Amino acid sequence: MSDEMRRVTAICNGSVIDHIPAGTALKVLRMLRISGKRSNPVSLVMNVPSSKYGAKDIIKVEDRELTQDELDRLSIIAPHASVAIIRNYSVAEKRSVEAQEEMINVTRCTFSNCITHADREPQPHRMVVISVEPLQLRCHYCGRTQDMDSTIDNLL
Amino acid sequence: MTWSRRAMTGKDMAGDLITMDDLTNEEIEALLNDAEKLLPVAKGEVFLPLLQGKLLGNMFFEPSTRTRMSFETAMKRLGGNVVNLGALASSSVTKGETLFDTMKMVDGYCDVAVLRHPRQGAAQYAADACEIAILNGGDGAGHHPTQTMLDLFTIKQAHGKLDLNVVMVGDLRYGRTVHSLSHALSRFGAHLTFIAPSSLSMPEELLEDLQKTGAKITVSDDLLSNLPTADVIYMTRIQKERFPDEDEYLKVAGIYKLNRSNLKDVKQSMIIMHPLPRIDEIHPNVDSTPHARYFDQAFNGVVARMALLCRVFGVPVPEVVGE
Repeated sequence: MSDEMRRVTAICNGSVIDHIPAGTALKVLRMLRISGKRSNPVSLVMNVPSSKYGAKDIIKVEDRELTQDELDRLSIIAPHASVAIIRNYSVAEKRSVEAQEEMINVTRCTFSNCITHADREPQPHRMVVISVEPLQLRCHYCGRTQDMDSTIDNLL
Repeated sequence: MTWSRRAMTGKDMAGDLITMDDLTNEEIEALLNDAEKLLPVAKGEVFLPLLQGKLLGNMFFEPSTRTRMSFETAMKRLGGNVVNLGALASSSVTKGETLFDTMKMVDGYCDVAVLRHPRQGAAQYAADACEIAILNGGDGAGHHPTQTMLDLFTIKQAHGKLDLNVVMVGDLRYGRTVHSLSHALSRFGAHLTFIAPSSLSMPEELLEDLQKTGAKITVSDDLLSNLPTADVIYMTRIQKERFPDEDEYLKVAGIYKLNRSNLKDVKQSMIIMHPLPRIDEIHPNVDSTPHARYFDQAFNGVVARMALLCRVFGVPVPEVVGE
């Protein structure tokens, strides 16, 4: 583990999310539905130097192993994020965000007249990934290309 | 990665018609041929009960005259039957029933359904919920592919081909008919000219999609200078109901009007189309000119929808109707 990672003490068990774009760690926590209300400790460092990206954020979540599905949700704001699963202070597994063809129930369509904005409609929110780099999403139902800035405010 | 709605749904899509993407060029041509063959049936000269015993659900969550009536006419002329959602005020929609629940019920009652809804994406949403085929009768400012089929039929009936100079005028932003039609015409090599004030211009993503397919497009805000080279003028109504506020509507209401005196220098074969209803964009004195085709166009809704209904059930249309 690099010196930069030791800004926060090593964790015994849990997940370390690395290569989060600088300044977006709080959004990543929101996407992972980590609100701080549960008892497991969460550490967060922002704007640490990165040889690859200039600067980056890092999150350490203790006693929780993030799944591949949870990680894939991050592709909207952190397409290059990676996760190290820590068990007994050692890296037990490494995972990275995988590009998907479709994102289900990750974000709501940004177009206010889309059928998915109608009250109590039960079908899932579906976004078709039309481009990975840069990320471009299109609503499966209304076909609108999503405004990616607004998409972050429409995360589910 | 190319976006294809068709590839992104698990349902057997044989019958659904949500956008023009659901039809290949060959399928469109076959449907136009079927529509041509069905003209005597639409006129009531021949009774051809190809769809006897089949039931169509007319699900109109928004006002409609032509789409609803021509679907009903098409179904009944082919020996089938129709049930209507009826006035929204007398349905469970006013009790807060979701579109999903309403369509699940129709899925059990009917063999095919036409849906018109004020929200964009409603037709795809309903198609995902139902086993029966869903035909999109207009979803918000989205698509209106059955209108496109009758528009294509009208153009082909007049010109015998589709690779023409087509000028679309008026509300190109919210007008779902022009969205679907421009997609389809570009696939057949038409040159499209879009005439609208900047606040009602074609949505950017639609222009991008068209440009990606290599469509020939001209954008302008001047109607009169584009009249002499046009083979088809497609007028549209500025849709008051789709504007966020009335002031914005009043700025552009009545901006493009066509009357008889504007038609001196047009091609003899040029046709004027309109999805109707019209307000003041085409003066009644144009109706009696040989260019006016909007009432024929409205009638063609019956044959185009007959052909689509036969497609839903996989019923071949006989080569020579009536023999």
